[in-house]
Amino acid sequence: MRKPKKVLILGSGGLKIGQAGEFDYSGSQAIKALKEEGVKVVLINPNIATIQTDLPFGALPRPPKLHAKDGAKEGEKLADTVYFLPLTEQFAVQVIKKERPDGILLGFGGQTALNLGLALEKSGTLKKYGVRVLGTPVAAIRDTEDRDLFVRRLNEINVSTPKSRAASTISAALKAAEEIGYPLMMRAGFALGGEGSGVVRDAKMLSEKLKEVFRSTPQVLIEEYVGGWKEIEYEVVRDRADNCITVCNMENIDPMGIHTGESFVVAPSQTLNNQEYHALRGIAIRVIRHLGIVGECNIQYALHPKTGDYRVIEVNARLSRSSALASKATGYPLAHVAAKLALGYTLPELKNSVTKQTTACFEPALDYLVLKVPRWDITKFDNATSKIGSEMKSVGEVMAIGRSFEEVLQKALRMLNVPLDKAYLARPVGALLEDIRHPTTNRIHAIFGALRKGVSVGKIHQLSHIDVWFLEKIKNIVELEAKLRRGKLTPALMREAKQKGFSDRDIAALKKTNEAKVRALRKKLGVLPSIKQIDTLAGEFPAKTNYLYLTYHGAEHDIEHGKNQAIVLGSGPYAIGSSVEFDWSGVQALRTLGEKGYETIMINSNPETVSTDYDMSDRLYFEELSLERVLDIVEFEKPKGVVVSTGGQIPNNLALPLQKAGVHVFGTDPRNIDRAENRHAFSKLLDTLDVDQPAWAELTSPSAAVKAAEKFGYPVLVRPSYVLSGAAMSVALNRESLLKYLKRAADVSPDHPVVISKFIENAREIEIDGVAARGSLLIYAITEHVENAGTHSGDATVVLPPQRTYLETIRRVKDVTKAIVRELKITGPFNVQFIAKDNRLQVIECNVRASRSFPFVSKVTGHNFIDIATRAMLGEGTKERYRTLELDYVAVKSPQFSYGRIKGADPRSFVEMASTGEVACFGDSYGEALLKSMLAAGFRLPKRNVLVSLGKEENKLKLLPAMQMLVNMKFKLFATEHTADFLAANGVPCEKVFKISTGQEPNVLSLMEQGAIDLIINIPTRAYERENTDGFIIRRKAIDMNIPLITNRQLAEAFVTALHEQKGNGLKAKSWSEYRA
Amino acid sequence: MKLLLKDGTTIEGKSFGANRSVAGEVVFATGMVGYPEAFTDPSYAGQILVCTYPLIGNYGVPSFAKASEGKPDASPFESRKIQIAGLVVSEYSEKYSHATAKRSLADWLKKSGVPAMSGVDTRALTKRLREHGVILGYLSSTKYGHGVSIFKDPNQENLVARVSIKKKKIYGKGRIKIIAVDCGMKENIVRSLLTRGATVIRVPWDYDFSKERYHGLLISNGPGDPIMAEKTIEHIRAAMKENKPILGVCLGNQLLALAAGAKTYKLKYGHRSQNQPCIDLIGRPSFAPPSRKASDGHSKATKGRCYITSQNHGYAVDGKSLPAGWEEWFVNANDDSNEGMLHKTKPWRSVQFHPEASPGPTDTAWIFDEFIASLKK
Repeated sequence: MRKPKKVLILGSGGLKIGQAGEFDYSGSQAIKALKEEGVKVVLINPNIATIQTDLPFGALPRPPKLHAKDGAKEGEKLADTVYFLPLTEQFAVQVIKKERPDGILLGFGGQTALNLGLALEKSGTLKKYGVRVLGTPVAAIRDTEDRDLFVRRLNEINVSTPKSRAASTISAALKAAEEIGYPLMMRAGFALGGEGSGVVRDAKMLSEKLKEVFRSTPQVLIEEYVGGWKEIEYEVVRDRADNCITVCNMENIDPMGIHTGESFVVAPSQTLNNQEYHALRGIAIRVIRHLGIVGECNIQYALHPKTGDYRVIEVNARLSRSSALASKATGYPLAHVAAKLALGYTLPELKNSVTKQTTACFEPALDYLVLKVPRWDITKFDNATSKIGSEMKSVGEVMAIGRSFEEVLQKALRMLNVPLDKAYLARPVGALLEDIRHPTTNRIHAIFGALRKGVSVGKIHQLSHIDVWFLEKIKNIVELEAKLRRGKLTPALMREAKQKGFSDRDIAALKKTNEAKVRALRKKLGVLPSIKQIDTLAGEFPAKTNYLYLTYHGAEHDIEHGKNQAIVLGSGPYAIGSSVEFDWSGVQALRTLGEKGYETIMINSNPETVSTDYDMSDRLYFEELSLERVLDIVEFEKPKGVVVSTGGQIPNNLALPLQKAGVHVFGTDPRNIDRAENRHAFSKLLDTLDVDQPAWAELTSPSAAVKAAEKFGYPVLVRPSYVLSGAAMSVALNRESLLKYLKRAADVSPDHPVVISKFIENAREIEIDGVAARGSLLIYAITEHVENAGTHSGDATVVLPPQRTYLETIRRVKDVTKAIVRELKITGPFNVQFIAKDNRLQVIECNVRASRSFPFVSKVTGHNFIDIATRAMLGEGTKERYRTLELDYVAVKSPQFSYGRIKGADPRSFVEMASTGEVACFGDSYGEALLKSMLAAGFRLPKRNVLVSLGKEENKLKLLPAMQMLVNMKFKLFATEHTADFLAANGVPCEKVFKISTGQEPNVLSLMEQGAIDLIINIPTRAYERENTDGFIIRRKAIDMNIPLITNRQLAEAFVTALHEQKGNGLKAKSWSEYRA
Repeated sequence: MKLLLKDGTTIEGKSFGANRSVAGEVVFATGMVGYPEAFTDPSYAGQILVCTYPLIGNYGVPSFAKASEGKPDASPFESRKIQIAGLVVSEYSEKYSHATAKRSLADWLKKSGVPAMSGVDTRALTKRLREHGVILGYLSSTKYGHGVSIFKDPNQENLVARVSIKKKKIYGKGRIKIIAVDCGMKENIVRSLLTRGATVIRVPWDYDFSKERYHGLLISNGPGDPIMAEKTIEHIRAAMKENKPILGVCLGNQLLALAAGAKTYKLKYGHRSQNQPCIDLIGRPSFAPPSRKASDGHSKATKGRCYITSQNHGYAVDGKSLPAGWEEWFVNANDDSNEGMLHKTKPWRSVQFHPEASPGPTDTAWIFDEFIASLKK
């Protein structure tokens, strides 16, 4: 097979529910695999926070540096050309025309890349420009994506699928439903993560759902319902010579009915016997051969728990979340191997890169088990239901490795880093059982709670269909809790507790003592964890693997401690506010530490990351980011120090405890990190520096809170003081809404105070990301938000270099920053957030760690902030002057939302963060960058009809010029009642439509349902406050019907202006290097 | 309970099987599923088995229904009893769950008189076995420690004679008659031949089948050192003189090699797993359309194909010692050891792995298809 010279890889774009950081892993591995073969790589991916979009930093071209770890040159692992562009046909065609690649990889960027690839093939673009699809042929992809074809193809080899009928119209779907019978499963074709799918109980429900689904997908499948069957997955690899292996099988603890992305998943399967395991394995291989997959794919089964009957649910002919998990679970580098197979290699020709001795054509044998647990963030959304089902809502996941089920379960639940809700557990049995029967994100806690209250395993099984084997294991934990509470901590009991996964802190809580005391006692009793390797062959062959975990089911370590080591703490699970940006930062820190001659250690628990690839560090501990576990590793390895500032808030919170335990923390003194974290200390610090800040107070009773709010004047920002980083924040406009908030927070007391601060309206937000060494500033980048204060910085559209901020303001931002940096003696990365109004500049937050925007500012300015920060932390000085303000281009970062998945949530920005990812694009002008960036986040440019609904007089006035511009651009405006009257009165032609609640025609709702509208600008009347009004229904409908929506005035203004400027100019497909040249 | 190793090590654990002591050769197996199949595989006779997968017993054990006359025993049992001498695991799953389960693994072990121990760092033990090679061991239910005479090398004994059937048995009524020499044959070999329509004449390891009327000869798997089965080797030689088609499986591969004049040797720690990659050096002697067949009658398409196989053997054929006329059919992709051989002109072939699987992957079941098909010609 002819090897291609230049290959285009399609990335997956911004992180969203159903498509997260796992595709940074798969894309990065593909790039590495291609570069090893001397193939040039072109990448399109607007996700600027990914590692796959890295190029060598600094002045271009820079001579490639030797990477300390394996001698490979740094540049050799990276793409040759990177395009930060929307993953749409329009841009992909431009890139193909320009780059003329002779090969394309579609399987490494999730459903986004696959869909784009199929579109490029269908339009004839690939053929026209001679681009060969590498790996799985397009025909095979279509067989797996088109449900009707899929079923037909599997029928050809007598493989069972659920009874099903494909339908493209509502009437056809209803007819099919009659044939199959209710309840049934409705699935949307061509959708990622099961979007729009669900159990349907009757015809009325079906017709309602169909209206929605047909907006975003041309076809649905009406299927036999297999709820309650076991859900089993296999990861299958096949090469062009027809060698075929299954790398891993996985069992969903939550049976069919719960999306695999919402399920607890264990690998390998635990309740399957040999006959079942190998029957399904055999079918997997038959199916994959029949379809002709070349590379990697995932196959999902429903397996009847009693009869052993099976159905094939689906095949994903691409790398997926499950394949990333399987890869981390087994140590088998699926994406890397898949890329090599796409180039024409066969499996026996490839080596097992873990053992380096044995072949890649084998099936890993595990001598441990892993458990994946989803991380949800539903509570961030008001109105959103916490019910889980056949659609994915989780935003991240963790993976625990151990040698007993109890051990991995308890480890995984801690890794989630979600504080246990004691009030939830105190609920009556009936309520818990309700959550078990109709599962919510709390189901696992409901099971624990019910077992503690004496509910039988049989009863829970009956309600949940979860296999008794798993429930018995949970019961073991509950029984041991009771034993621990009663019994003396003998060596045997201590060991049993640790083997069943109890942390020192858990034991301390049960024994009413503290964590440090339990740790000391445990060490005295000689109950210590063992470090074990993941070697893919269960110890059968010697392996030089550096992939490690800790267990209490061990008598000895597999390894000896290293020399001259430095630990980097990873980010833990992806969650809203903690995403792939921190994985990027951690990986950069590893790279620099490696270059500086350290043996690097990564500790992380998130399988959707690049940092947990075993060739990113010298040692990878796939472990908890807890004080206990980090200390276990530190005590064994005795490293020179630990980097806590590149992984976000989880490692940052460990800084002070680690220092107190005598561990050296690289960079800023943890006591100073704490001064920035502690609201009182930081406020005092600002006062001494004479830096302005919004007035605030910490209150321990509702009445005191109201008094404080009245003193500051409404609106005020209110939040619980113990939760960091914007969680559960709210804006109260008046006394009534403050009381409502306080009531919801339920518990305002000396133990749980609330913080009230003055909320400044119509203020601009400015951020500074920087690096300092011993209190002096080395490099900084100032970014401004498009949206005014009131939109969480993680949800804001961010511009670099700033376009509207006065030089005077910039100078003052710098001055204040320098003063803070000096006072906290910062060494390493930091971020300060400001609000500016009129001539007043106030500091609202300071994080003495890398912020979410570090990859953005690094890539836009061309200077790797983390590299500079890591060098600073190691004590290296720098004389270099960095230019970060005067750039010849503009970059805009846009939030990526996943509202489509969070049913019931109001899709508008609040002070709480709601976005799940971000994208960024460059442009020669602000307008160009903004449009591209919005397109990259899934926005579509309007063609003709725009619906506007502008709440509040101020919004109407300020947006009047923008409305006029839209009309000038020949858009037809539809406006709701008051907006229409206002526009008409001001000479802007528009058509008046009635609000949904009036029921009068022409009505907003019918207009939307007719599919007539291609953009909705809906600015809520009551800013910052949650509301349940007509506006909400319009916004929600827009999301559910996939109509582009803008809800922020500043963004609406900026968008319309940009559209006006750009009209006819076209949006250019320029690579990152071209902008920097 | 303790496991005493001949190198002086003592490993403590918790008993969950029969309360008795037993000597044996300590070996490890890396399969993640299929303990009823594995434990009843006669090839494990005399061995104390260490499971590297840490959770054993999860899905219990089905009831053993004694087969009716003329039928092999039902899956998942590979013989009528537990064949392993003893069992060592990390964690025994006391609560089991499966629709087919009738009793717990512990109950079965106890009733079968097989001692078992949990709570062991089986990875550490496996690494020791890997580095040292298999070690003799003693699973002790008493408080006594190491003694000189407690260890016993099962390979000194004729294990084949111990596990083979005592009397000829006939299964099925197919036109094709196969003599299956039971050296410790797994039931699934019988089942595999029967489902393909053959009559299976199962004979003891030392049975002189020269007077029988048959189309093909199958030499089964079995325990221990192949050189102990001298009589079987003699009978194979006699069959070769008559040009009888032969298929060897596992021990059968070694016995056929010895009969042909090749050598066998003991592997340091054997292959006991379900993930052994074996490369087909010849190509499947296939029924593929003529266009895909090479001139020698083998399929080009499958030459170089790598199969994932199930294995359980401590001895192997020395591929370099194959006499003239023979060639290696399969080799292990990990360590290049011999995994099968065939004669260039005569109808003789054998594989070191288990095409009947059980436990393990079923990817090489086609070996039986082709054996039967070749007999029909």
